[in-house]
Amino acid sequence: MPAFDPNAKKMLISGNEAISLSMRHCNVQFAAGYPGTPSTEILEDYSELGGYAQWAPNEKVAAEVALGAAFGHARSVVTMKMVGLNVASDVLYTATYTGVDGGMVWIVADDPGQGSSQNEQDTRNHAKASVCPMFEPSNSQEAYDFFRIAMQTSEKFKIPVILRMTTRVDHSKSIVVPKEELPAMVPNFERNIAQHVMVPGFSKPAGRKLRAKMDEMEAWNVAEGPNKVEMRSADMGIITSGISYHHVREAAPEASILKLGMTYPLPMQLIKDFAGKFEGKRLLVIEENDPWLAENIKAAGIQCESKYDPIFRFGELDVNRVRRIIAGDRNPDPVPVKGKPPMLCPGCPHRSSFAVLKELDCIVSGDIGCYTLAALPPISAMDYMIDMGAAIGMGIGLRNVLPREQAKKVVSVIGDSTFVHSGITGLVEAGYNRPDTGHVVVILDNSITAMTGQQEHPGTGRHLDHSPAYKLDYGAIAKTAGFDNVYEVNQVKEPEEFKRLVKEALEKDELTLIVAKSPCILALKSILAWDKANKEKAEKALAESEAAAKKNGNF
Amino acid sequence: MSVVNVKFAGLGGTGVIKASDVMAELVFEQGYDVKKAEVHGMSQRGGSIASDVRFAKGEEVQSPMIPTGEADYLVVFDETQVVVNEAFLKQGGVLLTPADIDVSKLENVKALNVAMLGKLSKHFDFTVDQWTVALNKLFAEKFHEGNKKAFMLGREG
Repeated sequence: MPAFDPNAKKMLISGNEAISLSMRHCNVQFAAGYPGTPSTEILEDYSELGGYAQWAPNEKVAAEVALGAAFGHARSVVTMKMVGLNVASDVLYTATYTGVDGGMVWIVADDPGQGSSQNEQDTRNHAKASVCPMFEPSNSQEAYDFFRIAMQTSEKFKIPVILRMTTRVDHSKSIVVPKEELPAMVPNFERNIAQHVMVPGFSKPAGRKLRAKMDEMEAWNVAEGPNKVEMRSADMGIITSGISYHHVREAAPEASILKLGMTYPLPMQLIKDFAGKFEGKRLLVIEENDPWLAENIKAAGIQCESKYDPIFRFGELDVNRVRRIIAGDRNPDPVPVKGKPPMLCPGCPHRSSFAVLKELDCIVSGDIGCYTLAALPPISAMDYMIDMGAAIGMGIGLRNVLPREQAKKVVSVIGDSTFVHSGITGLVEAGYNRPDTGHVVVILDNSITAMTGQQEHPGTGRHLDHSPAYKLDYGAIAKTAGFDNVYEVNQVKEPEEFKRLVKEALEKDELTLIVAKSPCILALKSILAWDKANKEKAEKALAESEAAAKKNGNF
Repeated sequence: MSVVNVKFAGLGGTGVIKASDVMAELVFEQGYDVKKAEVHGMSQRGGSIASDVRFAKGEEVQSPMIPTGEADYLVVFDETQVVVNEAFLKQGGVLLTPADIDVSKLENVKALNVAMLGKLSKHFDFTVDQWTVALNKLFAEKFHEGNKKAFMLGREG
């Protein structure tokens, strides 16, 4: 069950919980995603509230299945963190051309301050570049309300819509009063080839229609969008959106505010009208990360002040930083006392894996997951990490150019969920463009997506709701891709055997996959419970069907 | 009244989030506007963790994060985290640490966070019953009895 009572009239819930509830109340029929902090809990909560949700191998596939559902006149949702949108952007940039037949909301969670991310990219740039309308909630009530508005806007204008979240809005709790349910849509196939097949003959006019649609949506945003003008002081006006709104309210309670709820396409006339009230006075734009609002507003010929980007584009804003922006303070941020950094759990199987890789002095091409912490002292045994699945490709590149004695030390290390996400094509590359020295790939299989809080994936043999699913065989994929050797070993129980396998693989000029299989110690109890429940359910179903067969005399 | 700011801090696994959930639930049930903020993710892997609870009656809580120097209460579950968070405490604010509890009397050391809530409770007018309702809502039933003892140890000790 979810951690809150979904039937309460008023509840204290996180932004993610608010979205999951809004999805239920909007009668969303299909939701897919790939786990990624800070977006992960949305689909889990939605599933626990009785909605249908599934984890996809990666964000691109998640977006494609959700798009298919939206083509079929359903309400669909896809969730991801902001770097996931890079993977899924290929879908988005053309889905805005086709539009959708039902409704489709892309929930994309940014991570200003990089609490748990490899970069600090700002999704608003993707919205503009892909021509995808975007809403930005600032608290849980707005997360609830804006999801609904995003879905309704998607249906009204027949276009995918982004709900841009940020870590603070995802994970902070505030009060939500829910609304009545929307009637469900009825899925149905409708042939419209020119609309749905983006060959140039169809996509060229679609691109023009999309721009015309944006003009229409901008007019709608000016007239009806979820934006707010709060007139207080006549001397200072602030244009803001998302969580920054609340920091501004606290830092400058007297300031007049234009709070933008829909930030693409921007309601430029609304902005001009607000700006007009502060001619000869102060007009500021306050926003987190990129100077996105400021650049667009200035490009429209509106004079305004914006934050000092050499300092304030990095990290989250807070009340103190907003006070400093308003005061024009360009001094560096005060340096906070350093806390204790995160580390691998005591007993974590990744400790055993990296002890061996370190002992063998490997050059480790690494990847994204808890095990990335092995790059930090005292382990310091990961040399590269860029994006999901990159371990394998980068390893092959290194093997291709390094002198032989160095190339022979290169190992690609990747977690199980990350391997399924984007590592499989790396194996295909290894088999196809085989380096002269061969290569060694180690899948650190802890049987769960651990980093984001223990989510299932196609290699666990269980669905999002932990019910049984087909289980992917990594070794079979490697063999098909052209690997010479495939081994599986429990590196925690048999560290010497793991060491021997890695050492021998490094000595050969062959392609070797080693699956180091030992479950995440935090997830072990849950994994055993899920498997036990599934086994009991299967046995019960079998017994019931046997009893029925007996009764019918067919046994 | 103005906004009351309570910051909870410790290391991942010391019950920081849970304690802040109890405080937030308590004031929510008493009709306050409330916001609560924390950072999940990497910080859960045994690293420093902090959670802010801000509440007010008759006015809206704006930012979910307590600004530096504005915490009325700083409740720290691991002594090493005092220095990391003390800049948040306002002049004359209240600092509570495990040293304020007779830890030897705790039946379960994991209930330290609940004992700290007991200690904190003395600074507010909420009744023991109101705290108990919030605690029981956030914890599984098997912990209710132990929590009550830990809470009272903090409150009366």
